[in-house]
Amino acid sequence: MTTFTVNGEERTVDVPGDTPLLWVLRDELKLTGTKFGCGVAQCGACTVMLDGTTRRSCVTPVSTLEGADIRTIEGLDTPEAQAVQAAWTAIDVPQCGWCQSGQVVSAAALLYEIPNPTDEDIDRAMAGNICRCASYVRIRQAIKDAAKTLEG
Amino acid sequence: MKTLTKMTVAALLWAGAADAETVNGLRTVDEFGAIADDTERSVALFKEMFVVIESPRCLNCHPVGDVPAQGDDMHPHQPPVVRGDGGMGAPGMRCSTCHGAENVAFTTGQGSIPGHNPWNLAPIEMGWIGKSAAEICEQLKDPERNGNRTLADLHEHNAHDGLVGWGWEPGEGRTPAPGTQEVFGELTQAWIDTGAACPTM
Repeated sequence: MTTFTVNGEERTVDVPGDTPLLWVLRDELKLTGTKFGCGVAQCGACTVMLDGTTRRSCVTPVSTLEGADIRTIEGLDTPEAQAVQAAWTAIDVPQCGWCQSGQVVSAAALLYEIPNPTDEDIDRAMAGNICRCASYVRIRQAIKDAAKTLEG
Repeated sequence: MKTLTKMTVAALLWAGAADAETVNGLRTVDEFGAIADDTERSVALFKEMFVVIESPRCLNCHPVGDVPAQGDDMHPHQPPVVRGDGGMGAPGMRCSTCHGAENVAFTTGQGSIPGHNPWNLAPIEMGWIGKSAAEICEQLKDPERNGNRTLADLHEHNAHDGLVGWGWEPGEGRTPAPGTQEVFGELTQAWIDTGAACPTM
């Protein structure tokens, strides 16, 4: 049994310790916003926030999560995340949409630390989030738009 | 057939003898006892330490630039990560975004993602990739390029540091460093005891 917090709610799961968090989120807790992409931490589709930093849930065994604080795309309601999601829809960043929850989590995490990121900051933060529709130019623009929104 | 059997037995005995001189491909300190001159022995001991140092398990996270290497073939790390503050990666894409406190086997196929706590790059002044044994030896003794370590500190690092030790337990899909951390530590101590001499090239 492992107990942790997901989107502010305490959850306990009874699964083998080596079960990846991604499996737990999708199959046990029915939080399907977080996507499976590659299973080997190469694409970023499964990114969640774990204790305040980005984490690839496909390579995170549930045995390591006792007492952890997890935020998925469903519960990401910070001003940064809201600004990113608004900018995303405003300029149609999502194409097929599969990678977008991971992209949004990473983009919001960047803005927590760097409110006005440069192109280089964005490229470095988003380097592990692959988009098979190649909407990278829009992703970069949307992050800058979100940053402007947050400036007020 | 009998001749073949004798040859096989002889080969096995020879292989056994060869194994006795090394541990997992690394010669032990005893193997250098016949070198009478302290400085020559010290240089020889460092060259044996270098067998470990030049392992991809060590070099990959001692890059001279801002991008780590990866795999036994030392290709550039994928995804394309950068050093960042403290060698921990960039905001939004830290090393810990993927690397946890221990190696994790992939659920979907063969291989694993390496892990240890902490997991980070060596500082850039400790970059090794592309350097010779002589250059790295001098670098290791230079407090400005070794984290202000004494030789005793260096022995402690080589013999007991957990992230160094990961090199011998790298998880499925990566060749472990030669020898063991214990033998590496003993070689380091013997090198120090003989004057910590460096190769000239």
